Amino acid sequence: MKLFPIRGGIHPDYRKELASEKAIVALPLPATLYIPLQMHIGAPAEVLVNEGDLVKKGQMIARSGGAVSVPQHAPTSGRIQAITQIVAPHPSGLAQTTIVIEADGKDEWAELPEPIADPFAADTFAINERVAASGIVGMGGAAFPSAVKLSLGTLKKLDTLLLNGAECEPYLTCDDRVMREYADEIIDGARIMAHALGAPKVVIAIEQNKPQAIDIMTKAAAAFAEIAVVGVPVQYPMGSERHLVQAITGRETPARKLTADIGVVVHNVATARAVHHAVRFGRPLVSRVVTVSGGAVREPNNIEAPIGARVADLIAFCGGFEAEPASLVNGGPMMGQPLPSLDAPVVKGMSGILALTAAEINQQPASACIRCGSCVTICPCGLVPVEMAAFIRKDNFEVAARLGVMDCVSCGSCSWVCPSHIPLVQYFNYAKGMINIQERERRKNDQTRILAEAHTQRVEKAAAEKAAALAAKKAQAAAAAAAKQKDETPA
Amino acid sequence: MLMAVGSLTVMGIALGGILGAAARFLAVEENPLEEELKAMLPGSQCGQCGYVGCGQAAAALARGEAPVTLCPPGGRAVAEALAKRLGVTADLSEHEEKGPEYAVIIEELCIGCTRCIKECSVDAIMGANKLMHTVIADACHGCAKCIKVCPTDAIEMRPVPMTLSNWHWAKPETEHTLH
Repeated sequence: MKLFPIRGGIHPDYRKELASEKAIVALPLPATLYIPLQMHIGAPAEVLVNEGDLVKKGQMIARSGGAVSVPQHAPTSGRIQAITQIVAPHPSGLAQTTIVIEADGKDEWAELPEPIADPFAADTFAINERVAASGIVGMGGAAFPSAVKLSLGTLKKLDTLLLNGAECEPYLTCDDRVMREYADEIIDGARIMAHALGAPKVVIAIEQNKPQAIDIMTKAAAAFAEIAVVGVPVQYPMGSERHLVQAITGRETPARKLTADIGVVVHNVATARAVHHAVRFGRPLVSRVVTVSGGAVREPNNIEAPIGARVADLIAFCGGFEAEPASLVNGGPMMGQPLPSLDAPVVKGMSGILALTAAEINQQPASACIRCGSCVTICPCGLVPVEMAAFIRKDNFEVAARLGVMDCVSCGSCSWVCPSHIPLVQYFNYAKGMINIQERERRKNDQTRILAEAHTQRVEKAAAEKAAALAAKKAQAAAAAAAKQKDETPA
Repeated sequence: MLMAVGSLTVMGIALGGILGAAARFLAVEENPLEEELKAMLPGSQCGQCGYVGCGQAAAALARGEAPVTLCPPGGRAVAEALAKRLGVTADLSEHEEKGPEYAVIIEELCIGCTRCIKECSVDAIMGANKLMHTVIADACHGCAKCIKVCPTDAIEMRPVPMTLSNWHWAKPETEHTLH
């Protein structure tokens, strides 16, 4: 298959060998599990259970909180110990409402929905409904509700389902292992998703640093003419949705549009496996494969962990820390977010837990920009990081937005390449946050204006009605008085 | 009878004509800039700026008598929009210190007098006579007008809490001038 070049990018030290040959192992069931209501993009889920309730594995314990939201399910059987505030696996370190389940150790499944007998005869709606009810989100890291993405086929004409197995982040090997060990499940899930999307073609893209995965997936896909497995060049950020689409199709997604607008929908390989489980067995998403790696971890590993297991449980399973970690990361080292605490739970979008040593992080103080232009050369989005950062330093978000800061995918290549160690991507994340806040304030002010106008109208209407009622009453009284007078007047 | 109807009709037409002519020839000309500025303000007539309502505040802004940061509930977004329209640079330091707020009714203290309900210009307070009232947090825009009318001091302003959905990264700290 002909591939197309993508702009810029970097070649960091991948360090995947730490965990790539470790087969997936299941985490021994922890005694307590913590299920946050918000582990996806969109509205938080709404609690369906009470303290003290007994739940079975796979039972829905929180329902979807809106059009863009997903339900949450019990990852094991047990008792609801509490519904309380627990630290979220989020850089803010804020707590969020979390359902705490005390496991009973039986790991007993609830009565699950019937498998969809022939998914290829089922309509899009039935498959989407199942995917939505199973709480599936994008498992590559973004955690966007998958059913919403699967319904794009009804709105737009699609030609390709692109399955993302690039796994371009250093250290991470969970997708690699899932592809090697569960290739048939991924292929089946991909075919179901392509059917739901109405996409005639499936392309599975894998970076060429995973030859075994490419080999196994190619064999598993051999029986299906519509599926192509493609090895893509090792170039960070190849796994970015827009860049992968460009590498495979040669088409560039316009700014602020979706890849679906140019006929391609991208899903992660692990998401395809979750869809397979949901459709074929009725099983909701209650566990995922997480890579635990980094120089500070004694035995890096790929662990199939129940959602809600604490990060500390996984670290302990890997033999604990070999050295004091300088940084704990949720996700990969390039785009991952700092983990605020070992008490945070594993969530659906968590692909890796990294405990990095100071040597691996190589944190350096920033010095002055030497105008080398490296950040401009490597920016995969074709932006000019040095210029944007200069405006953002002065809090000039309007110009930063005009220079395209909202088109930045936060891949971090600019910060990685900068010889002066200027925190470029950190500036862009700050600017994006500020621009979003401003947008929210603007919306709030618009809403206030609408409400204030409605209020004024209501008050005026009420006053007018009152006046009319008073006038009517007066007229009535006058008429009555006139009639009385007439009666009294002798004829 | 006919005389009465006729005379009233004639008077109506004559007086109406005078009023119509007055509206045309004696009209107060509105400053178009004022209108534009008024549209940018929240329009809730809360009076926190010190003017009677948003219209008067817009007039003061148009005359250059009021700073663009005059509107507390409008916050940073309104201040910036006004500054941009008027072509001035806004001193936003005050807005950074004080984040958005919303009103909360302390349930134990509320006596159900409905005064705050009547005062709220965005209909964000629910309740009925002699029944406890509550504020719809999403609709409240933090004008604090309700606090002034509460006879039992049962309303307080609280900062809008930081959540996972409105948190964002802070500005990176760097020691040197980098650019």
